[in-house]
Amino acid sequence: MRRYSKTLVFFLSLWPIYVISYQIIFNQLGPEPVDRIINHFGEWTLIFILLTLSMTPLKKITKSLEWIKFRRMLGLFTFFYASIHMLSYVGLDYRFDFEPLINDVFKKKFVFIGFSAWLLLIPLAVTSSERMVRLLKQNWKKIHRLIYIIGIFGVLHYIWLSKTIFFKPLIFLIILVILLLFRIKITRSASKI
Amino acid sequence: MIKFKNSEITPENIYKKRRSFIKSIGLGASTLAMSTIPFVNKSLASERDKLTSYKDITTYNNYYEFGTSKSDPYRNSQIFKTTPWDITIEGEVEKPIKLSMEEISEMFISEERIYRLRCVEGWSMVIPWMGFSLSNLLSKVNPTNKAKFVEFESVYDPAQMKGQRYPVLNWPYNEGLRIDEAMHPLTTVVTGLYGKKLPNQNGAPLRIFIPWKYGFKSAKAIVKIKFVENMPTSSWMWASPREYGFYSNVNPNVDHPRWSQSTERIIGEGVWAPRVKTLMFNGYGDEVASLYSGMDLKKNF
Repeated sequence: MRRYSKTLVFFLSLWPIYVISYQIIFNQLGPEPVDRIINHFGEWTLIFILLTLSMTPLKKITKSLEWIKFRRMLGLFTFFYASIHMLSYVGLDYRFDFEPLINDVFKKKFVFIGFSAWLLLIPLAVTSSERMVRLLKQNWKKIHRLIYIIGIFGVLHYIWLSKTIFFKPLIFLIILVILLLFRIKITRSASKI
Repeated sequence: MIKFKNSEITPENIYKKRRSFIKSIGLGASTLAMSTIPFVNKSLASERDKLTSYKDITTYNNYYEFGTSKSDPYRNSQIFKTTPWDITIEGEVEKPIKLSMEEISEMFISEERIYRLRCVEGWSMVIPWMGFSLSNLLSKVNPTNKAKFVEFESVYDPAQMKGQRYPVLNWPYNEGLRIDEAMHPLTTVVTGLYGKKLPNQNGAPLRIFIPWKYGFKSAKAIVKIKFVENMPTSSWMWASPREYGFYSNVNPNVDHPRWSQSTERIIGEGVWAPRVKTLMFNGYGDEVASLYSGMDLKKNF
């Protein structure tokens, strides 16, 4: 069973793709299909950031190392969904018309911070391989702490683009804060030792 | 009757002619939306003027009293009670009045009015409303010389309206117009759509619709109309004064901090449909631009 757990997580992580494919094929995208696609992948990007950030706390809580082996895959899925999210905004909504897009990036803080979060994901995706871990040694850990900033940027992106924080953006914020508080606790108790 | 000079919406009279023609050949109202092209001259008929489907108009709503997602209003408003319903007109008037919905529908005849609804979020619909000019209703009272603005108050009923149990906005929903805006013939009291009674999720039993302003200006489920001296603070202004101004005229040249207002997406179009350019005053400039002559619309957004 344990041998197949990674494969299982892989296929489960494709869930957002199954859902959107079903909605496209059966014409279920609703009155604003482009918006639906963008929001769908945006939300799933946030969910995958939170899932990635959950693995270390789960390891501590369950005292099982199992969780850590999913972390890289979930992180890469985060990058995958973030890229589809951005591409659908650039391609489907703005049809690669870069003038208004560049305008958006600099004028709208939610686009700016969302785009920044995606840029920050790139070095993490590039240095995700086993070889890079060995090559970068201590620096690898430092680079990958960027995920905390990416998480904060991602949730801020959601809060800023919503007309009101109620309720989904608020829920994401609360979960993110809990997951980040875990880190503070962990490093504190570690420094005491 | 209102004239639609350069506004891109199919003029009411053509729509009506078309309708009677369709009726005469025995087709139902549902085929209306697809029947636009052959009957109107080319400059008037374009994708953006096609009537939005009844389904989209009644299932894709921003009505935070019933929840913040677009599908919430349809889901959560079906058992909302709209009878009995009274509307008071008060404030800076000589004699305040109270009218029941029955009295209002007896006093004023609703006609079909096809207007484009442009949401501040950057999408639009074309809706065949049923209604009459607000000025007719307001003429039932005599405002004092202090009256400068008109305030609209929506119903407050958290027992029936789930969304009002949370501080999403400062309830009850509040909106306002300058008196000359309120008296403009395009400012409509809506009682129905697609020839039917107004559905709950669209603001039953009675709402305001102001075609040249972003959708949130058009308050739903009105219970009170108040003449006031000072500019009212609307619910959205109260929530975020930097983002929502009192006027909130559709203006492609003034961007909202979050949404570009230069283009819009048409509801009901497919995945591959492009955005279209947003028109100044939502296409009603010929009728309403004079209301704002000499005003800096960037400052008075």
